[in-house]
Amino acid sequence: MPSPASVIAVNAPSDDPTDPSQHRVSGMRRGWITALIVGAPLLLAGCNMYPTYGADPGATKQGSDTFKLYSGMMTTGIVIGGFVAVLILWTVVRYRRRSDEMPKQFHENLPIEILYTAVPVIIVGFLFFFTVLTENNVDATQPVNATVTSTGRPVVDITVTAFQWGWRFDYTGLNVGVVGETTNGPNNKGPQMVVPAGETIQITLVSNDTVHGFYLRDFNFSRYAQPGVTNIFDLNVLHTGTYDGQCTQFCGLYHSEMLFSIRSVTPSAFETWASAEVTAGHTLQGSPSGAGNIPPPNTRTTPANAGSSVASSATPKQKASA
Amino acid sequence: MTTTIERPEVITPEVLGGPDGHHPDAAHGDADHGHHEGPSGILNWLTSTDHKVIGKSYMITSLVTFFLAGLMAMVIRAQLLDPHTSLVSYQTYNELFTMHGSLMMYLFAGPFAFGGLANYIVPLQVGAPDMAFPRLNALSYWLYLGGVITMLSGFLVAGGAASFGWVSYAPLSNATNSPGAGGDLWLMALALTGFSAIFTGVNLVATILYLRAPGMTMFRVPVFSWNMLVTAILILIAFPVLFAAVVLLFCDRHFGTHIFSVQGGGSPVLWQHLFWFFGHPEVYILALPYFGMVTDILPVFSRKPVFGYKGMVFATMSIAALSTGVWAHHMFTTGVVLLPFFSLLSYLIAVPTGIKFFNWIGTMWGGQLSFQTPMLFSIGFLLIFLVGGVTGVLLASPPVDFMTHDTYFVVAHFHNVLIGTAVFAGFAGFYFWYPKMFGRMLREGLGKLHFWFLFIGFWVTFIPQYLLGLHGMPRRVASYAPDTGWTALNVISTLGAYIIGFSFLFFLVNLVVSWRKPVPSGPNPWDGHGLEWFTSSPPPHHNYTHLPPIRSERPTWDYNHPEHRTVVHKPKDKQSTSPKGDKQTVGAPS
Repeated sequence: MPSPASVIAVNAPSDDPTDPSQHRVSGMRRGWITALIVGAPLLLAGCNMYPTYGADPGATKQGSDTFKLYSGMMTTGIVIGGFVAVLILWTVVRYRRRSDEMPKQFHENLPIEILYTAVPVIIVGFLFFFTVLTENNVDATQPVNATVTSTGRPVVDITVTAFQWGWRFDYTGLNVGVVGETTNGPNNKGPQMVVPAGETIQITLVSNDTVHGFYLRDFNFSRYAQPGVTNIFDLNVLHTGTYDGQCTQFCGLYHSEMLFSIRSVTPSAFETWASAEVTAGHTLQGSPSGAGNIPPPNTRTTPANAGSSVASSATPKQKASA
Repeated sequence: MTTTIERPEVITPEVLGGPDGHHPDAAHGDADHGHHEGPSGILNWLTSTDHKVIGKSYMITSLVTFFLAGLMAMVIRAQLLDPHTSLVSYQTYNELFTMHGSLMMYLFAGPFAFGGLANYIVPLQVGAPDMAFPRLNALSYWLYLGGVITMLSGFLVAGGAASFGWVSYAPLSNATNSPGAGGDLWLMALALTGFSAIFTGVNLVATILYLRAPGMTMFRVPVFSWNMLVTAILILIAFPVLFAAVVLLFCDRHFGTHIFSVQGGGSPVLWQHLFWFFGHPEVYILALPYFGMVTDILPVFSRKPVFGYKGMVFATMSIAALSTGVWAHHMFTTGVVLLPFFSLLSYLIAVPTGIKFFNWIGTMWGGQLSFQTPMLFSIGFLLIFLVGGVTGVLLASPPVDFMTHDTYFVVAHFHNVLIGTAVFAGFAGFYFWYPKMFGRMLREGLGKLHFWFLFIGFWVTFIPQYLLGLHGMPRRVASYAPDTGWTALNVISTLGAYIIGFSFLFFLVNLVVSWRKPVPSGPNPWDGHGLEWFTSSPPPHHNYTHLPPIRSERPTWDYNHPEHRTVVHKPKDKQSTSPKGDKQTVGAPS
């Protein structure tokens, strides 16, 4: 990356050309900045191509792509932000008032100004390029009936209905429905979605009341569940394990407790689990869209629309209370 | 660009004199203005149309809302100290974060800048006797005060204050999900303050375009006033949309319309579009004035002119233009917006913002920097806003937004931006112009203590919040499970918040000390650059008895330092000027 600072160092001579120490400072500064710009990414790359910077490397194929983008952008941000921060601090220390001598009253330097307009445009262009690549991967979806999984089974199609305050997971092709309210106390971790590891899961995300956020930290992913909008996305969980999720979009009184989790199991264990659920009577019961069967409210008083039994019944109810 | 005209002939005396035709350049006795001053004492404050009185009223009111919102933040942080702290109920917590955000965004950060400091300083900087429409200006203030009282009164009604977040997403904000008068009062408050902002916007545009003193061409207007002009235009673009959205939501709540509800064929996402079409320009309405303050402060304490003046002005314009096309980057996770378009425009805002950073550094480069309180706060702004800017570039990327949206990462990001601007740059401006407004100095020692506690407290509060967001903590939660591992970071963040709270005690003590034991400031305590430092502190009614020649964006400096003044070439010399630009300086090697 061309360094504006090194250009400034050449073009903006020190206040007093007779002072030899300032040329030395200038040279030292160039050395420092070159070392920083060349050294920092190399240092980071030497340790690890994708430092985590506090994030999770991603438990899904999509989340892993997102993580790499995040990590790369964070490295870029730290290098550029660090360069500017050092430049600010260096300027503050170097040009602190040491005499009453009047500094040179310069106003502008067009070549440098053009340089620090053009260079950020190029950097931003690079970031945008990698963003679009990752975005296309993350948002890509398989056709629902595609048999792309390792076991030759179609994509596992799950309709997720977010509601005040809980989640419902309907496995359309398997006639399994899992539902859980999460406002029942501090140790309730909400319903659990069981999925096969290594296969493609397609989520159809809807809401009948307010806007909710479907978010899993380990998946590096979130998407709104909104009334009137159906969002479809694919997840490929890489390994077996349990991952905590939570509603991120503020949705009313018990937003804080709107938890869920996803447990990823081997494909054969998934088959076993699905048939056991059907045997236990946890089936779709009701509308095939999976939007219904939100359980009745518990003893705690909640706003009216948490208790509707099918989607269409919300209409007269909301009108009545409006 | 004809910025080199020695003295513009096109400005006529009628235009200069303002609405009452008085020429600010002409000598007028005080008696001549007696009939403008009206009653004295408290009645003067209540009935005044003087921009200086209204500006001070705005500033006091907005600082009161700032402290109230800050106290709410203290309660919010105390609640999160421990996973299941039940200091306040869920309902109260939801009201508190809603009101914290609403007070800070709508009633402090904006009004403090464009109602307070801009109201006071812009007419002084452009050499005008008052704002263009003084009575409209008074109406702005009273509407604003009405808005503040209306919003706060939500705490007094049954059902409590609004509790749907400061963004008020439909359908959570409809009558079913948020019954009660609190939500209605919140909407009314926005309507009132929205009109207050629109009227102030009209006033600022008219004042800056039509009431400039002789010689004050557009490219000699100080950058703070330039930024206020652009901010005012953004206000005129954004606030009418907010008002429309608020009216529509009110109709949904009370008159049976279904504009934002699916059941009647409406669209909840429409609220998000309308809100953020206001909301994103609003972010720059809150940022640009503060950029302007820093741009005016850095040259004074560097004893140099601002570096790249025109670059600054054009960067401000680009930011404003781009800001009207990036609203849906708040909606990346809705799944119904065109990601690459909004992503690219959001990225591009980094370019003019970067230009500003390098211009600020260029202003200090080669200067003689002294670190009085306004300068310290300005440098604090540079460092804090830098981090907010870098994390903002990350969030312009939809996949990165997917992983951090609605988590504490975003909370930390926008506090980095807004505390950097409205608090660090805002208090830089306050410390800088306080002597002009009250004719007395604030104490340096207390000011520096305020800065250092605030600066350290800021990082202690918000670095843990970035990490909490990356560890998966959502925003707006009143409790969290103990096994999430978020407790330690929350404890550190709360500690930092209380350091921030503590730092403001130094500020309050400073105000009291300066009031009890005044140290007179004189007209120009900082060796300032702008026209405002030429008149007395506080300025007389209608601001100026005489004006210096205005030959650059820093007329007071030129007057006080004739050997180092900015010299402007006449147009006939222009072809012989160097590519470095058409300005040169006397008494310095070039």
